[in-house]
Amino acid sequence: MADTAKPKGGGTAKSAGGRRRNRKNDTPNLADEQPKDLLDYYRQMLLVRRFEERTGQAYTQARIGGYCHLNLGEEATVVGLMSALNERDYLFTNYREHGYAIAKGISPRGVMAELYGRTTGVSKGWGGSMHMFDTEARLLGGYGIVGGQLPLATGAALAVSYRGGDEIVMCQMGDGTTNIGAWHESLNIASLWNLPVVYVVVNNFTGMGTTVEMSSAEPDLYKRGSAFRIEGQRVDGRDVLAVRDAATDLVERARSEQRPFLLEAFSHRMKGHSVVDPAKYRTQEQADEARAQENDPIALFEERLEKAGVLTEEAKKEITDSVREEVADAADFAENSPHPDVSTLFDYTYATPVANESRRMPADPVFAE
Amino acid sequence: MTDIYMPRLSDTMEEGVISSWVKKTGDKVEPGDVLVEIETDKAVMEYEAYEEGYLVKQSVSEGDTVPIGAVIGVLGDSPDAAPAESDSAEAAPSTEAPAEEEEEEEAAPQEAAPAPSASADANGATRPRTSPLARRLAKEHGLDITTIRGSGPKGRIVRADIEAAAQEQTTTAGEPTAPPAREPAPAAAPQAAQEAFDDGRDSEEITVSNMRKVIARRLLQSKQTVPHFYLRRTIDAEALKAFRAQINEQLESTGNKVSFNDLIVKAAATTLRLHPQVNASWVDDKLLQHRRVNVGVAVAVQEGLVVPVLHDTDKAPLSEIAAKSRELAGKAREGKLKPQEMSGGTFSVSNLGMYGMDSFSAVINPPEAAILAVGAMKQEPVVRGGEIVPRHTIALELSVDHRAVDGAVGAAFLKELAEILEEPMRIIL
Amino acid sequence: MSVITYRQALRETLRAEMHRDEDVFLIGEEIGIFEGSYKITEGLLKEFGERRVRDTPIAEEGFVGTAIGAAMLGLRPVVELMTINFSLLAIDQIVNHAAKIYGMFGGQTSVPMVIRTPGGGGQQLGATHSQNIELFYSFVPGLKVLAPSTPGDAASMLRAAIRDDDPVLFLENLGLYNSKGEVPDDGDQVAEIGRAAVTREGSDITLIGYSRMAVVAQQVAEKLAEDDISVEVVDLRSLRPLDRETIVESVRKTGSAVIAEDDWLTYGIGAEIAATIQEGAFDFLDAPVRRVAMAEVPLPYAKPLETAALPSVDSVITAVKETLNAVGRRVG
Repeated sequence: MADTAKPKGGGTAKSAGGRRRNRKNDTPNLADEQPKDLLDYYRQMLLVRRFEERTGQAYTQARIGGYCHLNLGEEATVVGLMSALNERDYLFTNYREHGYAIAKGISPRGVMAELYGRTTGVSKGWGGSMHMFDTEARLLGGYGIVGGQLPLATGAALAVSYRGGDEIVMCQMGDGTTNIGAWHESLNIASLWNLPVVYVVVNNFTGMGTTVEMSSAEPDLYKRGSAFRIEGQRVDGRDVLAVRDAATDLVERARSEQRPFLLEAFSHRMKGHSVVDPAKYRTQEQADEARAQENDPIALFEERLEKAGVLTEEAKKEITDSVREEVADAADFAENSPHPDVSTLFDYTYATPVANESRRMPADPVFAE
Repeated sequence: MTDIYMPRLSDTMEEGVISSWVKKTGDKVEPGDVLVEIETDKAVMEYEAYEEGYLVKQSVSEGDTVPIGAVIGVLGDSPDAAPAESDSAEAAPSTEAPAEEEEEEEAAPQEAAPAPSASADANGATRPRTSPLARRLAKEHGLDITTIRGSGPKGRIVRADIEAAAQEQTTTAGEPTAPPAREPAPAAAPQAAQEAFDDGRDSEEITVSNMRKVIARRLLQSKQTVPHFYLRRTIDAEALKAFRAQINEQLESTGNKVSFNDLIVKAAATTLRLHPQVNASWVDDKLLQHRRVNVGVAVAVQEGLVVPVLHDTDKAPLSEIAAKSRELAGKAREGKLKPQEMSGGTFSVSNLGMYGMDSFSAVINPPEAAILAVGAMKQEPVVRGGEIVPRHTIALELSVDHRAVDGAVGAAFLKELAEILEEPMRIIL
Repeated sequence: MSVITYRQALRETLRAEMHRDEDVFLIGEEIGIFEGSYKITEGLLKEFGERRVRDTPIAEEGFVGTAIGAAMLGLRPVVELMTINFSLLAIDQIVNHAAKIYGMFGGQTSVPMVIRTPGGGGQQLGATHSQNIELFYSFVPGLKVLAPSTPGDAASMLRAAIRDDDPVLFLENLGLYNSKGEVPDDGDQVAEIGRAAVTREGSDITLIGYSRMAVVAQQVAEKLAEDDISVEVVDLRSLRPLDRETIVESVRKTGSAVIAEDDWLTYGIGAEIAATIQEGAFDFLDAPVRRVAMAEVPLPYAKPLETAALPSVDSVITAVKETLNAVGRRVG
């Protein structure tokens, strides 16, 4: 099914623009869907969109520090993937994970507060944008090192397998990650040991400024599991229902077959690599394409829902208003949350208290006498 | 380009502190201009230029200590002449730097590093190489680290050296204690360390001046190397009292006044002339008998004590001694004594009478051979012609260097001095 | 009390801990079928099966990271890295992940795992296989680094490491695997992490070492005792946290210190110890702190060169004697 939705026209960067438009929509029929689910996907996608826009704004207002990567343009992938997981499944992501955190069930308040570095953040202000974590929601971390989450997700799957559990692990990453050693080592181990993990490559065609064709000798990324006998599929990441279906298929097969799988979802990154990246390396044509209505997963879904009569003007207004309110509330909550007290600086160095642990502040002498 | 060296401005000075620079970098300097004020072990001294030129560099900052002979500044031909760094970066241990002590520390390169102790040897080495442990132990034992010879690499003083010195200190401290020293300042002899001081909360270190350190060191040297013996004699001071009153009556018009101490100083000088064996010094296995009689008078000042010297005391008239003595004491208290006013003494007088002391034993001021300790004048019951009568008396105690002067010689001197003071007309004859 | 080898002590402890706790499993290259490059895991595959003793592909980053991920879900993996040299292939997972996950996520999940790995040269293995780079890990907060020198410590410290909820790098040494020592038979001694030990009391000088050099330090102390020199030996045991108090307390007593380390001197473990001593025992030092360390070269293969480059009993004795001479003990 998803395998036919290829963005590929050729193996070169030159042809990339052409191939992206050469897509074919193989999307589920809306008639088979529950309107409530459809509106819920719509709402979640809109929430991610508005949340990320607010995040970008707060970043420029210096309310948020560090690196900050947004899910703008990837909302269908985010929501589709998360709708395939049950609440006991585990998720590992890279550093572009605000949307995943929200879609996995963490409140926007906790995510925004983490971005603001407050004690009420999901990681208590210790992680920031790249390091969201929530034991309850089973988001086992956003990770800032490219490829870092792959062995970890593989190990989590090992733990599930070791204990005979029926959870699966989903491991999200970007397209550039398929070239790092950890990718090869992890997929090899997962396949050798029959681990229930679904690796998801979110292909936005560019690792920072480097295109897939420039960095991957096999740019059909879903094929890159074949060296490890891991079945791969590709799906149009702009179509939330297609993503949901492809992901659900692989997630359930991983669960029942106790095997790893690979899913590639392609979509456009609407803006730069991070909030502060003006993406000058893109041509005007590429930039326009990334933001085009036809590539905007929310605009596409909205149009379909409206045509099918699922999304009425009234419902749209209500959703839009409630999302706006939820995002504003998240920002207010973050703004009004306390900063961590400096006295908590040494609270999380070790889980097991240990003799002679250093609690020295920078100007302190080693021996206070 | 001429280097300016840390001058020797007192006979016991080994290093000096740049108290303040009078000339600033770039200033024109004429011979005789005051370049810099230097705090020696005894006083703050003005140091004048010998040559003309421009002060092009102050190599040592105000407040810093360097040994004699170290470069403290550079004179140039023009205000902006740049001195070569090497000219001033190192000490120039000059040949003229007096080698007073026999320390053999290697001459470490000097900069304007503050020297924490009066430890510079004549070659220009400031702080001795010392392990931190040795330094701490020395402090605990009250030992002056500069008096200790290091046995470690390159002469580093190590724990073993301190322990040896402390051992030596305990064994030589066998002689009966002589509680009051001649000076009004607290007893300067180092005490053995007491464990109770270790804790640091009961004691606080007081920063001491150069002068204090020199005093401590010289007194230690005196008590450790000079075998003292003591002679006591109480004189009947009735005649002296009357004599002084008579003289002061005569001097009233001049505004000058003679003190009992002036009379005693003059009497001592007269006696020394009669007993030249006491006007002597024992130096390096040699006995020197001095031709001049120069009596020093101990003066208490804030930082300790100084001993200005009245040169040719035997020849000076009493009035001059009185006037000069007062002048020197004033200068001493203001820290303005010149080196020559503090050097060349052959005998000293220390008087604690004004503090009501009956008598005391003074520490000899080397290289002098004796010091006279003078107690307070007071009325005592005295037996005269079989009857007890009240008389004014003064207790004298003579501390004598036994290497230079034997007991009988010392006794003869004190006996004569007592007789002169009891027949005071002889003072001026 | 039995006298067994360091290797046996490790193996018996692994076996006992695997019996004690189902969550403990072994993972690494050649630990199962091959029974371990250095035979630490001999017999364990047969006893526990593939689930508990897991042979991995040659993929250090992959299997170390996999162990971390498993630990995040509550398993207690004991990883064997064939030698510490190969840990460099996994350093991202060790430093960027194992060490960070507890703190970076606000204490929500710990990483209860052990990475066992031997260091040490002297076996003519050449430059890439003879390094002592435990410093790299000792540098990192979030990791605990243990370096036992005796079979008894190997057992009690491995037990502590396995039961600890934090990632522990457990440094073994090729030169110590056959060394013998007493280990309690009941086998439930759990060492306290973060503690050094004075393993021999003395009064003249403090000699500090860890891993193989702690053993060398004992030999040095025994030899010098014949010349009436009293050496106090401090075995660091824990490189992170570092037990500064024990080090400093000893130096305050003896007044001088020599550090014996198998790593390179510049920026090495000894540099940290020396800095600790100067800060904590400055007023007690009677001589500069001396370090004995490996020559700063990639370790050569040829035996005479290799031998010359490595610290030995003799080189430590030389340093101890020179230091004692510097404080006035004439010891030749």
